[in-house]
Amino acid sequence: MNANGLSRLGAVVAIGVLGFLPMARLPAFYDSFLYLVFFWVSLSTSWALLSGFAGYFSLGHAAFFGVGVYVTADLTTKFGWPFLATLPVAAALPALLALGVGAIVFRLRRLRGELFALLTLSVTFVIATIILNTPIDGGGGIFMSAVPLPNLMPTPTGTIYLLGFILCVASLGIAWKVVHSRLGMGLFAIHDDEDVAEAKGVPTLRYKLIAFALSAAIAGAVGGVHAMYVGFITVSGTFELTVPLYVVLMSVLGGARSWFGPAIGAAAITALLYAFISGGEAMVGRAIVGVILIAAILWLPDGFVPAVKQWLAKRRRATPPPAIAEVAPVMPAIKPVSDKVLLEVRGATKRFGGLQALGGVDLDVREGEILGLVGPNGSGKTTLINVVSGFYPLTSGSVKVDGIEIGNLPAHQIARRGVARTYQIPRPFVNMTVLENVVLAATFGMEHSSPFKWGGGSVIRDGGVMSDTFDAAHDPSVGVRRRHLPRRRGRSASEIRDEALHWIGFTGLAGKEEALPAALNLHERKFLELARALAAKPRLLLLDEVLSGLNPAEVDNAIRLVRAIRAQGATIVFVEHLMRAVVELSDRVAVLNEGKLFALGAPREVMRDPRVVSIYLGKAYAA
Amino acid sequence: MPSATLLGQALISGVLAGGLYGLLAMGLSLSWGLLRLVNLSHFALAFLAAYLVYELGTNYHVEPWWSAALIVPAMFAIGVAQHWLFDKFKVNELASLLITFSFAIILEVGIQLYWTADFRRYETEYATRSLKAGPFYIPILDLTLCLVAGALAWGTWLWLRCTYVGKALRAAAEDPGIAAAYGVDHKKLAYLLSGIGAAYAGIAGTFIALIATLAPAQIWAYLGVVFAVVIIGRLGNPLGALLAGLLIGASESIAMAVLAPAWAPVVSFSVLIAILLWDPEWL
Repeated sequence: MNANGLSRLGAVVAIGVLGFLPMARLPAFYDSFLYLVFFWVSLSTSWALLSGFAGYFSLGHAAFFGVGVYVTADLTTKFGWPFLATLPVAAALPALLALGVGAIVFRLRRLRGELFALLTLSVTFVIATIILNTPIDGGGGIFMSAVPLPNLMPTPTGTIYLLGFILCVASLGIAWKVVHSRLGMGLFAIHDDEDVAEAKGVPTLRYKLIAFALSAAIAGAVGGVHAMYVGFITVSGTFELTVPLYVVLMSVLGGARSWFGPAIGAAAITALLYAFISGGEAMVGRAIVGVILIAAILWLPDGFVPAVKQWLAKRRRATPPPAIAEVAPVMPAIKPVSDKVLLEVRGATKRFGGLQALGGVDLDVREGEILGLVGPNGSGKTTLINVVSGFYPLTSGSVKVDGIEIGNLPAHQIARRGVARTYQIPRPFVNMTVLENVVLAATFGMEHSSPFKWGGGSVIRDGGVMSDTFDAAHDPSVGVRRRHLPRRRGRSASEIRDEALHWIGFTGLAGKEEALPAALNLHERKFLELARALAAKPRLLLLDEVLSGLNPAEVDNAIRLVRAIRAQGATIVFVEHLMRAVVELSDRVAVLNEGKLFALGAPREVMRDPRVVSIYLGKAYAA
Repeated sequence: MPSATLLGQALISGVLAGGLYGLLAMGLSLSWGLLRLVNLSHFALAFLAAYLVYELGTNYHVEPWWSAALIVPAMFAIGVAQHWLFDKFKVNELASLLITFSFAIILEVGIQLYWTADFRRYETEYATRSLKAGPFYIPILDLTLCLVAGALAWGTWLWLRCTYVGKALRAAAEDPGIAAAYGVDHKKLAYLLSGIGAAYAGIAGTFIALIATLAPAQIWAYLGVVFAVVIIGRLGNPLGALLAGLLIGASESIAMAVLAPAWAPVVSFSVLIAILLWDPEWL
């Protein structure tokens, strides 16, 4: 049996033993102490689902927990529901509440994180006010003593213990599942750079709402069980600020970006608090928790688990890098520029308040073409890219890709229709390795494979794209070999990984797979941008000044790479100031000036046009 | 529906109560808007100041204005010390929120340990005095508070707008790197601003001691309202904070008169949600 199987067996045994522990009829003290551990593990793990993974810090976990408490308390005492039947409602109502709060605050573009924290905190007070002033509580508190508890275990404390344990295992299981799924990958990307995540095809709004609702539902269910544990329920005791304080502390201390970090933090802090509460110094305990939280954020910002992982990784430095992907030798498909229009921009207008960045641009880009987009600074080039990729909504006009209107779609849907982009200043996901960055793009990229032969290019084994093989890119016999790749959703993780490794090799980043973006130089970061864009298998690739800041050798390298990308079948629109590259690469050049299309045509002709020269250099030079 | 006189009185006391919201919001708005630090401990500092005014007043019979003269500079020093910590560890917005949240809890515990969780009331002769204008009563203290808040808001706004220091601060908030390249010593200014924010908490605390009943848990009572005020008034704009404070105060008071007093917290929250849904450009 390998280590993996062994740990799995260990987990099953542990769950079994812990689950049936109350059978041993230990003194009630053990049941209730362990119940409290499970309670905090569940709450902090559920909090981390959104706040730890996606970085939206909720200070309102008490609200969701408290709604769960009151759902169970009211349904059992006022409506005579059996206790267990209330738990699904105790989970559902907070989830709905979370969806409501999320729908308001997640759509904002600015200050999302801060407003989210404050809004969740104020929701807590508002809900407490409502419950206090309505018959839900009415101010007198609710006694639970008359509510019958099902006899799942020999003792009542044992039953509550078991329910707490089940919720604890469930929340850990959910957290594990999320971390190992597309959802988790998307949430981690949102944490690092939400706009880029959206542009890479992550449905950010939906993912945040799912994570928030899951998080609130678990907190609500935990609250439902806790109502029985507490016995007497008051508003001030339920909507206490200690809940968000402890939950945040436990998760941050343990490591909020890991699925079991919060559990470790929760177990440690619960034991610590217990020492104080049993000593009758609950207030001091709160203050000490506050001090620990400050210290943890200042000195251990990533938490305990990641710190240990890093330390272990350092000790295992010698491990070999992952094997280079098995990729067939270069078989580039040259696709002649067809007459079909892939990108059709009509009257595209973008205003920022009074400033008109784009004033009605009309532009057609044909399939297989490389279009250079030039113009003086502030002429609207990057805005055009931002509008086509969906980062900005259009003020008016239309943008069609393959005849389908995409002008006002959310960016992730545009990405899934085969539009990928790079950023002028590289914006990698900083907490993800190079490989993870590219895997994310491959996972969330275009939904159907493009009709071109993607993925059959070369890996340059010498670690650069200087290989001669690209010069063989013009063998027309290969171009006709089209095949449809399987639908992307059906691909296995290892297939996606192989693809990602392929694009890392293609862009000459082989050997850097496990590096974090911070360890890359500018040139490598630019190529990581390209690798991510390519991994999405775009039909239309928007490159925003990929060459700026590179030295002449690196520019040659990049030009060769762009040619190779076109040879793979993509249509490319690139913004560039470096005229040498524009002339060498483009089939046509579009000149923008003051938000309008100024000139369009073959590169050499356009660049010699005196009108174009004049907008760059002023009238005197044009004469 | 209550009578016109009652509504008018509610409007007046609401606007006056809004002055306190505005005063509390100003310090927060400055540090959030110009330093990119969200200071949840602002409320706890205000209450610390209030308790100190109460303590000096009841046990040592120090006039509240003299206490304020002592406490406000002390608060300034606390603000500077707090910023030293943020600066040393290069704390970002979210981390500042968590750290100041912890500060607030620690202060709350400290207050509770010293002054207990009981309600405390600082009785002064000012509390009962009021002007009479037609059928309406205007409490002197609330009016003073509003005038002080107005003067501070106006003064701070002019300072940010017209002086070199103010302009430099706003430039540094936009882009610290570029501002530094033009010779703006952002760090020094940030200490100054952080101190000023805390000093405002001291001033607000003095009035809280005179107007309100004190209890440690009350620290959190203003949180939802005041943050709504900060956001509605636009970050970094003291005048906006004051106006938003008056607006929220008035709407709360009207809601209390028309519905029931206990529903007041829901008002500011609803206004905030409405604004967030509207998502105007100036937000």
